[in-house]
Amino acid sequence: MPERTAINTGPGRVLVGVYGLFALSATARATVQLATQFSHAPLAYLLSALSGVIYIVATVALARSYRRLALACCTVELIGVLVIGTASLVYPAAFPKATVWSVYGIGYGFVPLILPVLGLLWLSRSGTGRSGTGRTGRGRTGQA
Amino acid sequence: MPPRSLGTAVAVAGLLLAAWSLVPVIRNRPPGRTHFVGLILVQALVVAETLVAVGHLAGGAHPREYVTFIGYLVALFILLPLAMLLARLEPTRWGAVIVLIAALVVPVLVLRVNQLWSGGA
Repeated sequence: MPERTAINTGPGRVLVGVYGLFALSATARATVQLATQFSHAPLAYLLSALSGVIYIVATVALARSYRRLALACCTVELIGVLVIGTASLVYPAAFPKATVWSVYGIGYGFVPLILPVLGLLWLSRSGTGRSGTGRTGRGRTGQA
Repeated sequence: MPPRSLGTAVAVAGLLLAAWSLVPVIRNRPPGRTHFVGLILVQALVVAETLVAVGHLAGGAHPREYVTFIGYLVALFILLPLAMLLARLEPTRWGAVIVLIAALVVPVLVLRVNQLWSGGA
């Protein structure tokens, strides 16, 4: 059995809570939007749904100490919030309705921007040594 | 009209609990008995607010963004119990951070519920 790096205690537990909150709210919101008014802003609502799914996966990865998956989620989120945040400023017409990541998450107190940064910081500080979960042996190679 | 005074009471209680949770965070202590009692007290107010809101809906009211309104109510209702579970699992300063953050989210949710309370506007 590979030993688990403890990324789900201490500050990690706080991250699990905040990610859980975002997973819940982003997913619920996206579900309502897609169900009731998909045609208004398909791109924005699909992005909301995507971000909701990523928050769910990140929550599970942090809670279960799937380190590599958590790293991937935080990275995707950070890229997402930066790209969508910038795009929503440059091409506002493409985003008639706000997403979680619009204008770098301004509708959510910029937490969507801060959260992946905190996540990456925590993941890089915690659990020295092993990377990944070692559960399958599949996946990318040679990550430190 | 949303129950302004009740909403204010819930929000202020949340802020007080957040301030009180700052003490163990700064002193590097786990959350104590008073913080868990505080969570229960704030939750009692949240329950009152939720009941008033459910009565509002049962009375045939139609808030702006009906489903979202219910979503905020559900979130408000389950937030502190879940935070309590999580904080109990973490008997360190970080448990106090969990209480702090959850207590800060309460006023935000109350604000959103009150904004959506009546149709229009």
